Amino acid sequence: MLSHIPWLSLAIWTPIFGGVMVLLAGDKGAEGARRMALLFALVTFAVTVPLYVGFDPTTAKMQFVERVSWIPAFHIFYYLGIDGISLPLILLTSFMTVLVVIAGWVSIQTRVAQYMAAFLIMEGLMIGVFSALDAILFYVFWEGMLIPMFLIIGIWGGPRRVYATIKFFLYTFLGSVLMLVALIYLHFQGGSFSILDFQALKLPLDAQLWIFIAFLLAFAVKVPMWPVHTWLPDAHVEAPTGGSVILAAIMLKIGAYGFLRFSLPITPQASHELAWLMIALSLVAVVYISLVALVQEDMKKLIAYSSIAHMGFATLGFFVPFAIYANTKSLEGAALAVEGGLVQLVSHGFISGALFLSVGVLYDRMHSRLIADYGGVVNRMPVFAALAVLFAMANSGLPGTSGFVGEFMVILASVKANFWYAVLLATSLVTGAAYTLWLVKRVIFGAVANERVGALVDLNMREFLILGLLALAVLWLGVWPAPLIDVMHQSVQHLLGQMLAVKP
Amino acid sequence: MENIYLAIVLGPLAGAVVAGLLGRWIGRGGAHWVTILGVATSFALSLVVLWHLVVEGAPAFDGSVYTWMTAGGIHFEIGFLIDRLSALMIAVVTFVSLAVHIYTIGYMREDPGYIRFFSYIALFTFAMLMLVMSNNFLQLFFGWEGVGLVSYLLIGFWYERESATFAALKAFLVNRVGDFAFVLGIALVVMYFNTLNYEPVFRVAPLMAELSIQVVPGMDWSVVTLICLLLFVGAMAKSAQIPLHVWLPDSMEGPTPISALIHAATMVTAGIFMVARLSPLFEYSPTALNVILVLGGATAFFMGLVGIVQHDIKRVIAYSTISQLGYMAAALGASAYAAAIFHLMTHAFFKALLFLGAGSVIIAMHHDQDMRHMGGLRKYMPITYITFLVGSLALCGIPPFAGFFSKDSIIEAVHASQLPGAQFAYYCVLGGVLVTALYTFRMFFLVFHGKERMDEHTRSHLRESPAVVTVPLVMLAIPSALVGWYTIRPILFGGYFGNSIAVLPAHNVLAEVGRDFHGPAVMAEHSVHTPALWLALGGIFLMWVVYWLRPALAGILRRTFLPIYYILEHKYWFDDLNEKVIAAGGRLMGRLLWRIGDVRLIDGLMVNGSAWLVGRWAAISRRMQTGYLYHYAFTMLIGLLLFLSWFVVR
Repeated sequence: MLSHIPWLSLAIWTPIFGGVMVLLAGDKGAEGARRMALLFALVTFAVTVPLYVGFDPTTAKMQFVERVSWIPAFHIFYYLGIDGISLPLILLTSFMTVLVVIAGWVSIQTRVAQYMAAFLIMEGLMIGVFSALDAILFYVFWEGMLIPMFLIIGIWGGPRRVYATIKFFLYTFLGSVLMLVALIYLHFQGGSFSILDFQALKLPLDAQLWIFIAFLLAFAVKVPMWPVHTWLPDAHVEAPTGGSVILAAIMLKIGAYGFLRFSLPITPQASHELAWLMIALSLVAVVYISLVALVQEDMKKLIAYSSIAHMGFATLGFFVPFAIYANTKSLEGAALAVEGGLVQLVSHGFISGALFLSVGVLYDRMHSRLIADYGGVVNRMPVFAALAVLFAMANSGLPGTSGFVGEFMVILASVKANFWYAVLLATSLVTGAAYTLWLVKRVIFGAVANERVGALVDLNMREFLILGLLALAVLWLGVWPAPLIDVMHQSVQHLLGQMLAVKP
Repeated sequence: MENIYLAIVLGPLAGAVVAGLLGRWIGRGGAHWVTILGVATSFALSLVVLWHLVVEGAPAFDGSVYTWMTAGGIHFEIGFLIDRLSALMIAVVTFVSLAVHIYTIGYMREDPGYIRFFSYIALFTFAMLMLVMSNNFLQLFFGWEGVGLVSYLLIGFWYERESATFAALKAFLVNRVGDFAFVLGIALVVMYFNTLNYEPVFRVAPLMAELSIQVVPGMDWSVVTLICLLLFVGAMAKSAQIPLHVWLPDSMEGPTPISALIHAATMVTAGIFMVARLSPLFEYSPTALNVILVLGGATAFFMGLVGIVQHDIKRVIAYSTISQLGYMAAALGASAYAAAIFHLMTHAFFKALLFLGAGSVIIAMHHDQDMRHMGGLRKYMPITYITFLVGSLALCGIPPFAGFFSKDSIIEAVHASQLPGAQFAYYCVLGGVLVTALYTFRMFFLVFHGKERMDEHTRSHLRESPAVVTVPLVMLAIPSALVGWYTIRPILFGGYFGNSIAVLPAHNVLAEVGRDFHGPAVMAEHSVHTPALWLALGGIFLMWVVYWLRPALAGILRRTFLPIYYILEHKYWFDDLNEKVIAAGGRLMGRLLWRIGDVRLIDGLMVNGSAWLVGRWAAISRRMQTGYLYHYAFTMLIGLLLFLSWFVVR
């Protein structure tokens, strides 16, 4: 019964429709726009719940498939479907958007309707990215998603927002142009734009290498991987809180998702050939970026660098299976690595979102992101401090929080590829704790540093609700990750089959 | 029984959660009652478990509670292994925790963070129990980091003090250095044993003894040795072995009940417990055991020395703790796991007693911890004095107090060990006896005897602490005096641990020591023929002369041994190395990578090439950024149109 309802289309178009409605009603007053946006965000979340409930974890096949001809002349279809890889990311998107709408309730006072509409439309587009199975449809969502984010940073951003938006746009846009070329090339090989058909193509190695590099540019910028990461700290610093949250929690995941949906299954041999490069870049991200994060003076920049370092675990988890398989001749370690990377994506979505929201809470009160302006926040905001310390601990990978699960899995798996990979990854236990807890020490602990800190007031109900929900999510995933892991097993097995199968 | 095990861990957790989240509503009384109830339940149940195992002779329990997740063909589980080793630890942990809970009512009475404090210590008890009761490496690591978290929160409990937050951060980071290796050890266990549960690992361990791994090309390392060494680095941080001991003296920034519970009796012994728990693995690596033996011996002797020059009463006891942990580690290295756990237990009682006694003194002194301001407290605080004396004698290993039996067994065991480092370690632990007597009775005489050096105001307020403070002191003084006498036979030589601790016949030093054991009375009597007792008595006598009879001697001694004093006062420069070289180096590295790598090379060189382009783009787009949404919508439409027409025209 439930399966006849086009849940995926609903999940994509409900927020976009909602966004348009909020825009149209925008002039009627800010409060109405907020409520309407919240309503649509909640409805969208409700619409994504059946995806989880009705999901069959025993198969790797695409589920909730919708396929309608869109542009018949070019065999382009409106083709949607999800598997165990995309499902968690869609749920993450619809969950985080609700929080972001609530978070912008008071802090956004200008162009409220447009702000809310931008987030709703972006939500629809992002869910579209995760569920599109037609390459052109994917590309439209992929590029379309940039526009609301561009506006969010450009309009509601900080003083250097123009520089940041241009940098953001140029990086991400230029990166994805080559992807389009690759998609069109693949279309000419098989006469179809279906991503699943792409995956079945048998491509020679040199063609695979070119395609891989084209994809790599698009996805590496988004993740972002070293050395194309420098747009991210700037974008985060200038973005409003909500923008930072969506950027860190969802947009970065889209790059990583791209590797799983395109690079690895479509060009497995090229991925194998270049896995050393991907692993090296991931390790640089973990080691180098963690040290850079240590010396940041701006809270948002610090968290942005921390995001890059944490994403290194995910990208390493995706590309290390080749070496694990070569060493152990078994898929088990390889599956642990990929699943660890996926868990890291979801967990980092919660944690980075929570950290940016926490900074937003402080920024709303003090209008400063500089660490030096703070000190002794706990004296005035004990509830906030408790939650912030929890998120900081999660960011340092404390067992019992979600931050531990993915990193632990990737470390356990990567030691099977090379002991030294694990050694370098494990340095983040020290450096990650160092930069996060040093931040906590300087901002939260200590005596009240100045009059402005002395005038701080603790969380209101709205802020408490947002951070409290995230705290529950972080703890739930840390104490019992099985429900998340179980949905991805079959899809990851299927993916590993594609990666490790020898294509001529 | 499974429900009882669950109740043991959940009791303190429930207390912590209720006090932590609902503290505002249940108030101070509610907070201490709910946590004390939780911990008291755990303690009572732990006695039931102990009875069940020891008296009724029930077999060990090894079962999972729930599956955390299944991935990569491995079951990650939360589960319990309850045998005689863990049952003993549970009893010790919950007993000391209960005593500390009660004591805290008095000690923290005036602190605004009262409720928070109870929530933390109950949470700590939960984490420690999870660690101790675990049947697998995952949960071990969970508890391991959990106690680290609470330790961090409690060292930084008085968060307004810069020194406290610094010490908290330092403690967490040093422990993380240990965990860095610990995680790698676990990863290697998973790689070679394909499981996280102890039981299959122990079963396969003998087959793994010959296996080697090439971590550095061309060098074959034994897999078991590598695993054991990595795991032990984790233990070095938790159990404060050189050079990862640096956090423990600073942890004295936390409130005194915490120093007793976490930084003396329980958490710091986690590393010792871990090695004993994993004895079936460590037994197959003589190399790792030798490293543990040498490091433990060195820690026992050299860290004790630093204790002699401290002025802060709590820091003396802190260095003493490090030194005593060194004894336990040396025992582990000599394969005398039972002796290590035995000393862990006696030490938990008398060290918690000494800390709480010090806390009682600190209350009387209005939170002045400097021993140079104390003296002559004996007549003001009789109960504290007597109990402190019991603790001191136990610590110095004077028969028949508890510490004598455990420490003497360790010295004998190290003496009997055949490992290459045993000779060195033996002299260390033997010399450590003298050192222990020196710092303990220097402290004892400085605090309770001699001239009253406090100011007039403090003197007029000196009085014995209230019952909530003295009752726990008595509670702990009884086992500190008696527990060694009554338990040495079963625990060390009566096979109490059964197969919960594994020792290869070739390493079985305790069996050798046990051949000469004819009951505690004979052992105490025999001690007059051993150097250890005379070293201890000599040390006490020396301190009696220097700090009671002829106080002027202290200055002369200091001047005579100035070079040594200078080294000890700088604590062998470990802190300077960490702060000025390692931490500063890390920050410098970060700054270089950021300023030169990110800003100059990547942004400057790579992006600046297109900077001109960006500038042009900005000039155009500035005009585009009207801010009107319909302009943007229009632009988007045109873009889409162009895009689609490109397809059509093509």
